[in-house]
Amino acid sequence: MEAIINILQAGVASGTVLLFAAMGELFAERSGVLNLGVEGMMLVGAMSGYSVALATGNPWLGVLVAMLAAGLLSQIHAFIAITLQADQVVSGLSLTFLGAGISLVLGEGLSKAGTVSLLPVASIPLLSQIPFLGPIFFKEQSYLVYIGYLFVPLAWYYINRTRPGMHLRSVGEYPAAADALGINVFRLRYFYVFVGGVLAGLAGATISLAVSPGWFSEMTTGGQGWIAVGLVIFAQWDPIRAAIGSYAFGALRRLILDIQGPTMLLGMRNPFYYNPYWGFFLQMLPYAFTIIVLVIGSREAVRKRLGSPAALGTPYIRGERGL
Amino acid sequence: MDTLECKTTDLSGTEKATLFVEMRGIVKYFPGVLANDHVDFELRHGEIHALLGENGAGKSTLMNVLAGLYRPESGVILVKGNEVNFSSPRDAIKAGIGMIHQFFMLVPSQTVTENILLGLDTPRFRLQLHEYDRVVVDLGERFGLKVEPRAKIWQLSVGEQQRVEILKMLYRGTDILIMDEPTAVLAPQEIEDLFKTLRTMVAEGKSVIFISHKLHEAMDIADRVTVLRKGRVTAAGLDVRKTTLPELARQMVGREVIFHLDKKPGGPGEIVLEVKEVCAENDKGLHALNGLSLNVRAGEIVGLAGVAGNGQRELAQVITGLRRCTDGCVKLNGEVICNRSALIGIQRGVAHIPEDRTGVGTAPNLSVTDNVIMKQYRRPPIARHGLLNMQVATKFANELKESYDIIVPNVETPVRLLSGGNLQRVILAREISGQPSLMVAVQPTRGLDVGAIEGVHRLLLAQRESGAAILLISEELEELLSLSDRLYVIYEGRIMGEMKIGAEGSTPEMVDTVGLMMTGTLLEQIHKGEAERNV
Amino acid sequence: MSENTSSHPAAHNKRFSFILRLEPRLEEPPRWYPAAVSFGAILVALVLGGILIAIAGGDPFRSYAHIAKASFGSIGVLSDTIVKATPILLTSLACSIAFRMKLWNIGAEGQFIMGAFGASAIVLTPILPADTSPWIFIPVMMLAGILMGAIWGFIPGFLKARFNVNEIISTLMMNYIAISWVNFFIFAVWTEGGFQMSHKFPENAWLPRLLDYAKTIPAFRGLTTHLGLLIGIIAAAILWLIIYRSRWGYEIRLFGDNPRAAQYAGINITRNTVLVMMLSGALAGLGGMSEVTGMVHRLQTSPLAAGYGFTGIIVAWLAKLNPFVAILVSILFGALILAGREIQPSGVPKMIQGVILVCLIASDFLMRYRIRVVRAGEEA
Repeated sequence: MEAIINILQAGVASGTVLLFAAMGELFAERSGVLNLGVEGMMLVGAMSGYSVALATGNPWLGVLVAMLAAGLLSQIHAFIAITLQADQVVSGLSLTFLGAGISLVLGEGLSKAGTVSLLPVASIPLLSQIPFLGPIFFKEQSYLVYIGYLFVPLAWYYINRTRPGMHLRSVGEYPAAADALGINVFRLRYFYVFVGGVLAGLAGATISLAVSPGWFSEMTTGGQGWIAVGLVIFAQWDPIRAAIGSYAFGALRRLILDIQGPTMLLGMRNPFYYNPYWGFFLQMLPYAFTIIVLVIGSREAVRKRLGSPAALGTPYIRGERGL
Repeated sequence: MDTLECKTTDLSGTEKATLFVEMRGIVKYFPGVLANDHVDFELRHGEIHALLGENGAGKSTLMNVLAGLYRPESGVILVKGNEVNFSSPRDAIKAGIGMIHQFFMLVPSQTVTENILLGLDTPRFRLQLHEYDRVVVDLGERFGLKVEPRAKIWQLSVGEQQRVEILKMLYRGTDILIMDEPTAVLAPQEIEDLFKTLRTMVAEGKSVIFISHKLHEAMDIADRVTVLRKGRVTAAGLDVRKTTLPELARQMVGREVIFHLDKKPGGPGEIVLEVKEVCAENDKGLHALNGLSLNVRAGEIVGLAGVAGNGQRELAQVITGLRRCTDGCVKLNGEVICNRSALIGIQRGVAHIPEDRTGVGTAPNLSVTDNVIMKQYRRPPIARHGLLNMQVATKFANELKESYDIIVPNVETPVRLLSGGNLQRVILAREISGQPSLMVAVQPTRGLDVGAIEGVHRLLLAQRESGAAILLISEELEELLSLSDRLYVIYEGRIMGEMKIGAEGSTPEMVDTVGLMMTGTLLEQIHKGEAERNV
Repeated sequence: MSENTSSHPAAHNKRFSFILRLEPRLEEPPRWYPAAVSFGAILVALVLGGILIAIAGGDPFRSYAHIAKASFGSIGVLSDTIVKATPILLTSLACSIAFRMKLWNIGAEGQFIMGAFGASAIVLTPILPADTSPWIFIPVMMLAGILMGAIWGFIPGFLKARFNVNEIISTLMMNYIAISWVNFFIFAVWTEGGFQMSHKFPENAWLPRLLDYAKTIPAFRGLTTHLGLLIGIIAAAILWLIIYRSRWGYEIRLFGDNPRAAQYAGINITRNTVLVMMLSGALAGLGGMSEVTGMVHRLQTSPLAAGYGFTGIIVAWLAKLNPFVAILVSILFGALILAGREIQPSGVPKMIQGVILVCLIASDFLMRYRIRVVRAGEEA
């Protein structure tokens, strides 16, 4: 029991990373822009956050710089996709390469540069005493985790119950209508791509400064940016579902790591301890699950005749004469 | 270049009302075309002013300038006597000018109220939809427009959506309403309702600019008329009572318009297409076709009239194999072709002129050659053993270019660079060259200028003479009445009735009957009603 | 009022005595234009890359000079460049055919790995004994590589065709799964003495290299260029034939340009999606096979982790999806990777690749729009 609680507790922390990345992508996609550079932006965030924290001794400054750096990177994608109206898929991909490359180059030697002070960790007094759920969600979690909890309902409320949220949705569904009524489609899209980048940077900083501290070049993110993009589809572009998916995946990743440790598992000899190479098959699980999750999400979209924001992936060109 | 003079109505002293809107010397240029060539336009208080012209004459462009969507190269706009300079539609709306476009600018997944509130500064942050729902309903009642505020746009009919668009503008306090081809999507009775609404609005002090290419409607509703042709004004502010239909037509087109076509009497042969009790769903899962039956014989043109959105698109798709039908069947020359593939139709000689030329009918970045072999690339002589013979294909394309008068530098040019008329010629060339036994033509003349339209009609009639069976689905009643041998009317996925059109052409009674059918009255009921009245 | 009137967002007013105006192109640009634009984009990318290197503390001029010398400086080095280019050529062919159908196959990496796995399985299981003639060994290994790659491409292809699963993510996930799969075999099943590599392949299972003929042609001494190059070139030629001269290629091009028109023309989308993904996977798998049997002669992690699948994406895009241009571009990138090995900092080649791709995509804009300089007050 104790072990399960520990795994879930760590899983919540790990899931927070996916949560921030997925939320960012959700905002960008709701405005109609596909941002496939999340992985690269997360890497830039992780690296810059870590190095700034190392240099200044202040992890919060690191978080701030991480968010700004990733946000800046996202604007390259915004410029290419929105203003130059290039293909959003390739543009996002190229930003992943760019982000990965830049973080590799600028992050050279970081891993050997010494230890860094991490973000503070805290427990919430009353809530952490709730049986079972308390220790999982409210005990000794990084501040970022708590920020994540608050973020989800706020995001939902913003998108569905406020005027700016309505504008966001209209820009992603039918930008021509929004444009005709005076909403600046381009400016809004730039903004929400920036939001996506900032949150991706935050996700990266969450990794390097809280969850798996350190800088391990490309292995720092290990494809979590891509999993986040898949989660957005599974979540049908809804923040609550995205949160559920993120935490579930976080728990899965921790489970995979921790299941290989003990010699005994559920009262029997732990096969993963005695055959350590079976761990490779365990490593496949999150990725296989993402595919399954995508299948579920896509089928549901067909069934409910819902789906992506209608204008997702198409550059908005103020229509002149059509043929 | 003809030398018709620009005619204006003389504003004699006592009638000179203050001008609501004045546009002077508007010039608007798009790459390759001068859409507005020093255009002047005036709108008075409390009038309905029709802006007439063919497709491409520059009417929508001019109004887009007035509504703040485009910036003119030069020219001056005055609203209520003050010069204005709109940098976005928002500015225009603030000045009291609102535009309702031909293709509605409504977000399908959002509700009526949300669409009406879109882009405004209030509510400030929190959306309190309940209160605004009530405001919307009240506003609608004032102008006689009934709406359901919580309904999502995709659930509404086209006429209802138009009402939402009008309410959207009224909510913003616009005094000047510009409507772009508003009747294109309405049935005759709905058009009457719209005209009633417009007259109510004028009585409340608003003015309306009514863009259209339909002469008789303009004469019905408008007080004054301005005509554009090829970007220039040919008649400015003519009083409708002081002019005639043929006169306006001449201003629009520049020459005598021939309203009749040379149609030889037909002798239809065997039944080629048989559609029996077909049911099908549309993309949203709603019923589009509800037990529809019709047939087409060889050597005849069968027209299908109906207001847009009553299942025409789905019918064409079911016949050509692009959509499944859930019940009933479609037979071609006795062979079942429904719920099989689009390929079967192509192989059995079904030609399809799609509604959407650029989205479905052609591949924009591929060459003319590539586009023209789209239906024949699987067979010799173009293909042998899976390989394409590009020399044969190019020769074929060049032959078609000659015979169909396709204006293009060479056949390797990508088709996205072609004009609308030329693109349609490419599609017609491709479909006709396959010597089809059945042609399904959907809106074949939409968006084309008069010359191109005549060309399309000639080709259709030629096919009719060589024995093809043609199903012509169109929203232009005049086109249907002049080309068809028989006419069906579709309403909510069912056939309301069938009419024969003899060699003498159509009569006004026929038009009325068709109009009634288009709004849901079955032919038997119309006949019954007549019989009762004659007793 | 002569203001800049294009409704394009980038065309903001500039208060100079002349105005920049952006207009959509109405005609095809001259034939040399696309190549010139791409060339310009690469130059810009190299400059930007140099700046980034400088920020990171390196010397851009020395880095670039080193790259040039280390990849083209001598015949031996040229041969090494070609060896590096070979797997990239095959993965870029894989990506280009998929991209033509707007199928974003990011999984060339995984398909490459599984191809290597398949070829190795023939040798290491062993399915064929070590003394089998190379005339049998090599074709069988090629087949195994093609088969495994095709399977790895089939899965995301099928998911896309049947369930409309986003292929970008599914192929990417398959990459990670492939890595774990092959790692298991490297570490646990075929390991050589506990190291991160398998036994060396028997000599009959090696792809012939130029230096094998050094006895008859002394100039070939020390040249490691292997048969994989020929395989790649032949694959490029076959692919060109398929795309431009076959019915299938026509369907692929039509679908890539307008999927709805392809449907209207009666093309079977599902079948084509699956087949193209399988072909794409097969090509990448062939690349994997050629790398392990031609270069390292064992199954080990380093060539599999070199990112050839991702580089293939960039090369395909730079080559504008043309198979023959891909040959030239792969050599360029082979040079980058080869020389990049010794550059400090070590992430430089990857970063330059990213910069090049970004500049390339941005330059596509110039293909669709044209910048005109118009004097203020002049009528358009």
